[in-house]
Amino acid sequence: MRNRKATPYLLVLPAWAWLGMFFVVPIGGMLSLSLTTGNVVTGFQQTFEVGNYVDAVGTYWEQILRSLSYGACATLICIVVGYPMAYWIAFRAGPYKSAYLLLLLLPFFVSFVLRTISWRFLLADNGIVLQTLKSIGLAPADLQVLNSAPAVVLGLAYNFLPFMVLPIYAVLERMDHRIVEAAHDLYAGRVRAFTQVILPVSLPGVFAGVLMTFIPTSADYVNASVLGGADNIMIGNVIHTQYLVNNNYPIAASITFVLMGLLLLGIFGYARALGTERVMEVHA
Amino acid sequence: MSARLDVGPPTAPANGPAPTTPGTARTRPRRHVDWGRLYTWLVLAWLFTPILFMAAFSFNDPAGKHNITWQGFTLRWYGDILAYPDLTQAMLNSVSIALLTMVGAGTLGTLLGLALGRFSFRGKQLTNLVMFSAISAPEVVLGAALLSTFLMANVTTGYWTTVIAHVMFCVSFVAITVRARVITLDPALEEAARDLGAGPFTTFRLITLPMLFPAIMAGGLLAFALSIDDYIITTFVSGDVTTFPLWVWGSTRVGIPPQVNVMGTLLFAVGVAMAVVNIVMVRRRS
Repeated sequence: MRNRKATPYLLVLPAWAWLGMFFVVPIGGMLSLSLTTGNVVTGFQQTFEVGNYVDAVGTYWEQILRSLSYGACATLICIVVGYPMAYWIAFRAGPYKSAYLLLLLLPFFVSFVLRTISWRFLLADNGIVLQTLKSIGLAPADLQVLNSAPAVVLGLAYNFLPFMVLPIYAVLERMDHRIVEAAHDLYAGRVRAFTQVILPVSLPGVFAGVLMTFIPTSADYVNASVLGGADNIMIGNVIHTQYLVNNNYPIAASITFVLMGLLLLGIFGYARALGTERVMEVHA
Repeated sequence: MSARLDVGPPTAPANGPAPTTPGTARTRPRRHVDWGRLYTWLVLAWLFTPILFMAAFSFNDPAGKHNITWQGFTLRWYGDILAYPDLTQAMLNSVSIALLTMVGAGTLGTLLGLALGRFSFRGKQLTNLVMFSAISAPEVVLGAALLSTFLMANVTTGYWTTVIAHVMFCVSFVAITVRARVITLDPALEEAARDLGAGPFTTFRLITLPMLFPAIMAGGLLAFALSIDDYIITTFVSGDVTTFPLWVWGSTRVGIPPQVNVMGTLLFAVGVAMAVVNIVMVRRRS
């Protein structure tokens, strides 16, 4: 009782310290690294070299655009595939709701890398899927799926679908069903009840889902490496290579910041349109 | 990710009316095919396809180094699971890092979630903003930022930097899960305990903690799953230390041995078991 005022601070202090030291400070550290010049041998000097950003964008704009468009396509697929599923689980699954949610989350127990590699084997030119389709004449004999843009986009949609379904489900599940009943009582058919009542209420969930899928998909590089081949390099691949293979840290850090800036721009656009509180609330 | 979904009791939704929706009652008798159910199962089948493929090929008896065409059934790899010492070590690293993350992120996240759900304090908005950013920041950014800082601070990356990174990105998920539960708790119960002479710590231990337990467990489970699955952040901060996903990635060029399929399948089985235990415990407690 005596130290009730101090209690919340004592509770948050460890997490503050951790997130501050290993999330907030590192972002600042990366900003500082992105403005240095030098190389691994001579070391990096802080010269506030803004030219790194010009270099980064000038060299990799193609990969940046590709990443954003792949991310957008994958997000769209996730909405189209995920919305009906979220709707059905929220409204029709009855007592089995949480069982379905667990089913949705279970694939996460198999490593994301392993699942993506599994797709590579499944979709290989002589793999099970293509072989079967070709032998029954449903696909041309020279059809290739791997090492193409659709393969990467499908892989991304596959890996991040649950991140779209969960927020939409969360909003639909919390929805007051009486307003749907009211719509029906007012002679709204199923279609009108959906487009004019359910859909508007669920939009914040869709927006949250878009954040949760668009950000990780456009920054991903695992799918592009495993399913995309050399012609579908994404910006994540560039960051990875520049950091861990070329050790070209200043350029690597600037590209990362460009990516982060573009994504933040998107988030702020969203937050302005919807109100920050609302986005974060649904997000949570 | 909306982690609070794992917490609620499975049968009775905490809010909203009874699970029978008006539409169901009206349409059931006339319709014989539940298209929604069929559709949901089709999507689930899509989600599970590569996992079933992986599990099936853990029983395959491949002819050469590449385990991609079906040759014949064998249980050999289950007996010979530890044939690659590097792989075994990588798996041990993955599991121990995930356990440490579960404990670390579980503790920090529970305290944070408790504060966010129960108290109002200065910096609460900022805390929410930081948590929101940490959850939505792409992994490649988190990994790159941490690596940049470790580089500049001359910290050698390895096992412990990986644990640090995993706890960092899991804390917010646990905090959100716990906060969701704290908000639904009835403060009158704690007041009653205090009226009966219990001190703050006794109240916490006997009243608050048991009621939060399902949420803490769900949060911890989530942290474990996120940690053991992580590839991108880990590649940046793990230095010479190899985890299971990193080892698998490294072996793609030379051919993935069936032992990887076996371990993946066993891990998946553990996931299934944990999910079942979670459901049973939540159901028993509610």
